Amino acid sequence: MKFTEEHEWLEPDGDTVKVGITEYAAEQLGDIVFIELPDLGTSVTKGQEIVVIESVKAASDILAPLDGEIIEINNAIVDDPSMVNNDPTGEAWFFKMSLKNQGELDGLMSEDEYKKHIQ
Amino acid sequence: MTELKKTALYDLHRSLGAKAIPFAGYEMPVNYPLGIMKEHLYCRKSAGLFDVSHMGQLVISSNTQSMQFIASELEKLLPIDVLGLSEDRQRYGFLPNKEGGIIDDLMISNRGDHYFVVINASRKEIDFKYLRENISKEIDVDLIKTRALIAIQGPQSEKILSNLIGELSSLKYLDVKDFSYKGEILWVSRSGYTGQDGFEISLPNSLCEVFCKNILDQDGIEPIGLGARDTLRLECGLCLYGQDLNETITPIEAGLKWAIQKVRRTGGEREGGFIGQEKILNQIEEQPYFKREAFFPDGRAPLRSGTKLFSDDSGKNEIGVITSGGYSPSLERPISMGYLDYKKFKIGNPIFGELRNKFFPVKLTKLPFVATSFKRN
Repeated sequence: MKFTEEHEWLEPDGDTVKVGITEYAAEQLGDIVFIELPDLGTSVTKGQEIVVIESVKAASDILAPLDGEIIEINNAIVDDPSMVNNDPTGEAWFFKMSLKNQGELDGLMSEDEYKKHIQ
Repeated sequence: MTELKKTALYDLHRSLGAKAIPFAGYEMPVNYPLGIMKEHLYCRKSAGLFDVSHMGQLVISSNTQSMQFIASELEKLLPIDVLGLSEDRQRYGFLPNKEGGIIDDLMISNRGDHYFVVINASRKEIDFKYLRENISKEIDVDLIKTRALIAIQGPQSEKILSNLIGELSSLKYLDVKDFSYKGEILWVSRSGYTGQDGFEISLPNSLCEVFCKNILDQDGIEPIGLGARDTLRLECGLCLYGQDLNETITPIEAGLKWAIQKVRRTGGEREGGFIGQEKILNQIEEQPYFKREAFFPDGRAPLRSGTKLFSDDSGKNEIGVITSGGYSPSLERPISMGYLDYKKFKIGNPIFGELRNKFFPVKLTKLPFVATSFKRN
C-alpha cells in the first residue's frame, strides 16, 4: 500500500489503484455525514479536488493522488458515510482509478514513511 | 498571534483527551474522544458537562443606589423588563445599538443585591466598555475573572448535580439559587444553551476542577465540547452571536420579539426608553421584511453559515443567506437557519442554496427543529 501527504491510501491492483483515506484522516475529520464522489469516467489530474467530505464539524476535500481516470466508485459510502469512520482502510474505500503513469506510484510514501509523516 | 487564554479546566480537558481549537481567544475543547455526534446524542439522552468559562460574567451592583435604580438604568440599554425581574430569577435579553442592531445577547439574573449577566466570549470587552460608558457612575460594572462557568445539561442533570450539592427539584426553568460546596458558594441557574433541562453554575476558578471531576465521577454524564454545543443549540433554534446575530440585525428580524415584554412595547407601562427603540418598536408593529427562518436542505449536504440563498438554480436572484447550518445528530439530516429577504422572496417560491457552484433545493420549515424540554413547572 502507498500513502500521500493528504492522508490517502492507494492499493495497487494491476494497472489500477483503489483509493481511500487513512484511519488518521478519518479520526481527524470526526463523524462523517456526507460524501460526494466524482462521476465514473472523470479524468483527473494530481491535486485536483475530486471528493467532498462533510463531517459534523466542517467540509473538506480529497485531492486526486495521481493523474488518471475514475473507473469505479463506492456508492456504499455515499449511502452510509459513517462507514468511513468505522472501516476507512477496508470496506469504506472511495474510488478506483486507472493511472496515466504507473511509475508515479513509486514517488508516494510507504507505510513506514507515512507513519513517520503523521507523528 | 497573542497566546490563547486557558480556562480553569484546561488541564482537565487535556487529561480527558480533548481536541483543542482556538475560540474567542481561548483554547477550548471542540470534542472529546467520544466525538461530536455521540456527545450530542449522549447529552440529549442522559447528561453532559460543558466548560463555558470563556463566556463573560458581569456583576452589576451599587454601594449607594438601590436595585431598582440599577434596573431602571439597565432598562435604558436593554429592551426587556428588568424592573419586573424578581429576585432569584433569570431572563434572556440583548443590548441594541442606536440602529436597533444587536451589540450582544445575554442572560441576566437578579441575585438580590446585584445583577449577574452572562455575555458572549467574543463580546466581553465591547459589552463592558459599552455598559461602563452608558450607565450611571453610581453603578459598578465588574467583569469578573475569578469565577469559572460550567453547564450541566440533559434529562439526568438534576439527578447528577443533586448528588453533589443537594435537592434541586424546587428550582424551575430560569430560577437562580446559591448552593455551597466545600465551603464555597456556587451560583446556580436552571438554564442553558441546549434547549434541554439543565443548569449553569458560576463557581470559583480554584474549585472548578475538583467540582467537575466529582461531577464526571457520577454515572450518566460525559464531557461535551463546543462542537456538540453548537449542534445542540442549532437543533433548538437558539441564536449564536456573530453568526445569527450581529450589529446589523435587529432582535425583531432575528425572531426574538418574545424576549421584549409587553411592558416595554408601544402601549406598555414603560414603553421604549431604550437605545434602538425607534427601529425595534416600529418593527414590532410593522413586521420586518428581513427575517430569521429555518430550513431543511434537500438531500444530505449540510448548508452551513455563509451559504447564499437564491430563488432560482442559476444564482441570479439572491434572496437570503444561511447563518448557521450543519448536520442534526437527532434528526439525522442537515438543518440550517438563516435570513430571508421578503422584499425578494414570496412564500411558495423555490429556494436554492449555493454550495461549491451547485444549487441545492432547500425547504422552508419552522423552528425549533427539535422541541425544547425545559422544566417549567
